Amino acid sequence: MRIESLREAYGQALVKAGSLNKDIVVLEADLGKSTRSCLFQEAYPERYFEMGIAEQNMASTAAGLALAGKIPFIHSFAVFASGRAYDQIRQAISIPGLNVRICGSSCGLSDFGDGSTHQALEDVALMRVIPNMTVLVPADAVETRKMVEAMAEYKGPVYIRINRNELPVYTSEDLQYRIGGIYTIKEGQDVVIFANGVMVSKAMEAAELLQKEGISAEVVNVSTVKPLDADTLVEKAKRFKAAVVAEEHNIMGGLCSAVAEALMVNNVNIPLNFVAVEDKFGTSASNYEELLEHYGLTADNIYNKVKKLLA
Amino acid sequence: MQAKELVEFLEGKALQLRRHILEMVGVGKAGHLGGSSSCAEIVAALYFHWMKIDPENQHDPERDRFLLSKGHAALVQYAALAELGYFPVEELKKVKTLGSMLQGHPDMKCTPGIEANTGSLGQGLSIALGMALGLRLDGRKSRVFVIIGDGELAEGQIWEAAMAASHYKADNLVAFVDKNDVQATGPVKEMLDSNPVADKWAAFGWHVIEIDGHSVKEILDALEEADKVKGQPTVIVAHTVKGKAFSFAEHNAAFHNGVLTQEQYLTAKRELGLLKE
Repeated sequence: MRIESLREAYGQALVKAGSLNKDIVVLEADLGKSTRSCLFQEAYPERYFEMGIAEQNMASTAAGLALAGKIPFIHSFAVFASGRAYDQIRQAISIPGLNVRICGSSCGLSDFGDGSTHQALEDVALMRVIPNMTVLVPADAVETRKMVEAMAEYKGPVYIRINRNELPVYTSEDLQYRIGGIYTIKEGQDVVIFANGVMVSKAMEAAELLQKEGISAEVVNVSTVKPLDADTLVEKAKRFKAAVVAEEHNIMGGLCSAVAEALMVNNVNIPLNFVAVEDKFGTSASNYEELLEHYGLTADNIYNKVKKLLA
Repeated sequence: MQAKELVEFLEGKALQLRRHILEMVGVGKAGHLGGSSSCAEIVAALYFHWMKIDPENQHDPERDRFLLSKGHAALVQYAALAELGYFPVEELKKVKTLGSMLQGHPDMKCTPGIEANTGSLGQGLSIALGMALGLRLDGRKSRVFVIIGDGELAEGQIWEAAMAASHYKADNLVAFVDKNDVQATGPVKEMLDSNPVADKWAAFGWHVIEIDGHSVKEILDALEEADKVKGQPTVIVAHTVKGKAFSFAEHNAAFHNGVLTQEQYLTAKRELGLLKE
């Protein structure tokens, strides 16, 4: 399985988008080497604004740039991009629905060494409850590139959550991606696993484990958490005996909640369970895999949840 | 227009704005009288003379921009926009009612002429900076004007924006501090003292002008001076009186968002020349 860095893909895609659209401007809060917005700085220094360690001012300044006709992409770690500048994102960007793109980088537990202060397990929930906001969680580098391309054209504010690490590439280069799409990565017969971000790769591993026991699992990439295409989600879920939702986020308010809400109100009464962080903050670890295991964000855990639902 | 005539014209506009403010606040319901009235001359000078704006061509990219960072003073801005014909004056009566185009705080999606959503304090200067940077990127001559409250200076984001505007040499950005010395629940000096205001802005690299914010002539002189400043943003620290021209409300925090009695309403009408003694 080929692995590739999402943030590198993000930075390169941003440069490409900037080459095609001169209205794209980039703002950074002193983490450009991590978020990879630094690639845009090298290519288009006149359209790059280093705003210093001041995320609130960065977000509101982006609103002003959008009002002057620009398409600003703002950057920080996900925890700061969504949390530190929450009111700014809500008030000046989201209420009027401005074309600001918010990149929450080093999302989830992917900044494994830095611990709870720098790990974002609430960002999807925070952004999802803001009216007008679109929330994207790419599974891999290929999808990241397509999302950035789509974001350049899209109307209204968008939050995108980018993993710090290299991840296996499961999405297809050939796929015609659109924001709002729900994409089956692997077809199955018995059970469906809805996942996004790093958990798509864990779901694929879990599907392999299940296959060995004769259980056929479908893996579906729900990379647009909002607006959620509930019709497609329901159509996909109806065909299965059970569903598991997997995300690298607090079990509350993110993809797990979004899927449960959509299935419940549409009378899809199949057994359902979640693989997510059980309402805890992050912590430091020496590597990413160790941390994912600590919080149960593993193929084994998905496998076990599926087995229990089918038992 | 001759200088003296212009000053008189704008003083007349400020009076007209205050009359509208009074009617919008009315009797028995809360309204932001104090902070709307303290910046009436500044708003009048900008909207009725200084800014290049055209109600007939509202989205002209070359227009100047005005932001009310202290968005709770929306009444004064609504009054100016109505007078300029951005919407019918009758709309003022519906302010803050369900379905009205005039929200409690400025909302660009609801109200013609409003340039951004402001009122969550501390954010307007940053938005203004973004506009200024974007306009400069496009090589436009447009200038961006923003009014900040002195109570609002407690918001840390103001100083983030002050640092950034100076760093980016945003000389197409002019901020007014409506220094009326009173915030929602008391005098600024007692709540959280933001003084010395001018020194702080100077230390952040801004060109600072201090004026009497009720003197139209001083406002116009300051704007002329700001236009000539290159390589740095300008702040005009305008010493004003909260509730100016409403005798019972002057310097009085109770009328930050107070309720007028019938008696106070009539007093104000007399003071604004709307009733004979």
